[in-house]
Amino acid sequence: MVRTLECPNCGGTVELKYERTINAVCIQCLSVLDATNPSLQILQKFEGAKRYQPKIPLGTRGKLQGGQYEAIGFQIRQIEVDGVTYEWSEYLLHNPYKGYRYLTEYNGHWNDIRTLRALPVASSKGSKPSVIYGGKTYTHFQSASAVTAFVMGEFPWQVRVGDSVDIKDYVAAPESISSEETEGEVVWSIGRYTNGAEIWKAFGLKDSPPAAIGIYSNQPSPYTGRIASSWMTFTLLSLLLLLTVIGVAIVSPRDQAFRQTYTFSTGNTEPSFVTPVFALKGAQASLQVQLKTDLSNDWAYFGLALINDDTGTAYDFGKQVSFYAGSDSDGAWTEGNRSGSVSIPAVPAGRYYLRVEPEMEKDGRPRRMRYELTLQHGAPSYFWFVLGFLGLLIPPVVTSIRAFSFENRRWAESDYGALVQSSSGEDD
Amino acid sequence: MKSVFCPSCGAPVTFRWSSAVQTVCPYCRSVLVRHDVNLEAVGKVADLPVDPSPVQIGTEGIYRNKAFVVTGRILYAYDEGRWNEWHLLFNDGSSGWLSDASLEYAVSFLHQLPQGIPPAHELSRQFKINVDNVALEVTTITRARYEGVEGELPFEYWDKTDLMFADMRSADSHFGTIDYSENPPLLFIGEALDFEDLHFKNLKLIEGWS
Repeated sequence: MVRTLECPNCGGTVELKYERTINAVCIQCLSVLDATNPSLQILQKFEGAKRYQPKIPLGTRGKLQGGQYEAIGFQIRQIEVDGVTYEWSEYLLHNPYKGYRYLTEYNGHWNDIRTLRALPVASSKGSKPSVIYGGKTYTHFQSASAVTAFVMGEFPWQVRVGDSVDIKDYVAAPESISSEETEGEVVWSIGRYTNGAEIWKAFGLKDSPPAAIGIYSNQPSPYTGRIASSWMTFTLLSLLLLLTVIGVAIVSPRDQAFRQTYTFSTGNTEPSFVTPVFALKGAQASLQVQLKTDLSNDWAYFGLALINDDTGTAYDFGKQVSFYAGSDSDGAWTEGNRSGSVSIPAVPAGRYYLRVEPEMEKDGRPRRMRYELTLQHGAPSYFWFVLGFLGLLIPPVVTSIRAFSFENRRWAESDYGALVQSSSGEDD
Repeated sequence: MKSVFCPSCGAPVTFRWSSAVQTVCPYCRSVLVRHDVNLEAVGKVADLPVDPSPVQIGTEGIYRNKAFVVTGRILYAYDEGRWNEWHLLFNDGSSGWLSDASLEYAVSFLHQLPQGIPPAHELSRQFKINVDNVALEVTTITRARYEGVEGELPFEYWDKTDLMFADMRSADSHFGTIDYSENPPLLFIGEALDFEDLHFKNLKLIEGWS
């Protein structure tokens, strides 16, 4: 039952559509009127500079999750952070059976909000304050004082431009929980992040919704779930790769090209010698040089060169081997290893010999070392497997970095700032 | 249902509830109190304002698998408007209340008063009390008055001014009210619910909505 009355301020027609209306705003002069008073007493005259237009026209009905709701009231609310004013739109929705509900819009980001019947419980877990509701933890995002800057429509309670409430927002995307406190009374509500397209469809609005700018506090991350699945894929592929490596290691042919035991003592004036010529057969493959010593509490360095007897091509390399053992108050200990090996990748077939130049501590005390030199040609080269493993790492690492970057941009807007400050310093 | 006649205007008065203490004659608004088989008119109440609630006397519903019917109501007025406390008669004969303030529904039942409820002037928001192992916290204190009564109620009363109510909430959806209109106060404990939870039938039809 619509009641048609006259605005005591401008004389224009005021239509009251809802029986629960306590305050109504004149559509012409934007005065806030007392709807419970038959002569519509003026509660507040409009002194604002700007007339805002709701994107959802008041009186429009939309089908949201949970039923049909009609937009009956509209507010602009503002907060000030570091001297900058941010404002958002808030729509009051009504269903005469089901009650009230809100929609908010900030830079194209929408939230579908209901008041909570329960009291969230403050939690001390984590580095930021949080609240627990329905078994889920919501992390504190921002606290601010919100001031009503503009009102329009009908409200079942008192509204005035200039009304101020202390708001605390807690997020767990795609939900957020907010407390609004006035004179000690706290009202809790829960919001669900909603796309503009959903709102446009629900209310049958024309054209297309404004594009969402930036990342909103409770906007769901597109990477949620993708991080876990990309690491899962990585784990599976790595296991496959590992199995392949094991398989290759088992089946790949190995040819022991040379083996000989030598003795070295520090008294030798010419420690360097060359081995007899040996043949490496088959395809190009890696050559593993193994050194097994009898060192004890000592070290040795082997200067090595693999030289092709036909071409003179030389591969120079070296290997240090050291082994120490003893016991102290913690018991027996050892350090190092008596054996060592060096792998030279991609050695072609041919006739080769090895030049060996052992070296030990030169402190005047005589030292002796026995060692066995073994050469294996065709030992599988793991270089490509390592490269493959690194390649497999790329997708999950990139996804994780992107996900982190999304969260970083979300939290950059919070009271706490970005998780990691950007090095370029473009953020204030 | 038994029909008797209003001692004031002679209209037939029907009782849905055999234990009702008071009803209001729907024709002349006389408050009628039952004494055995007789009805005594003890006063009159003004016509009630148009009520925007979808609930009405005769509305049926289900709460926790128990069917109820609405037999009466108290209309309260406060600074921010009005709300109803609907008296519910359950199919096992028990009584309960359904409040519809701002269309936020809550069903509650009279509960034994525990130790530790402070007097009205000492009570403040955030006061905490455990009732049946549920931690409740006072979230709203409301001062209200009777705006009117209608239908069958479990007590004899039709006019109260300057009442104080303390509404309490819990971490789940438990709900409580301390009603300071009596001394000692009355405690009601129940649950906040969604419209859908109550499976209403015989609601008032609201034009343009189905």
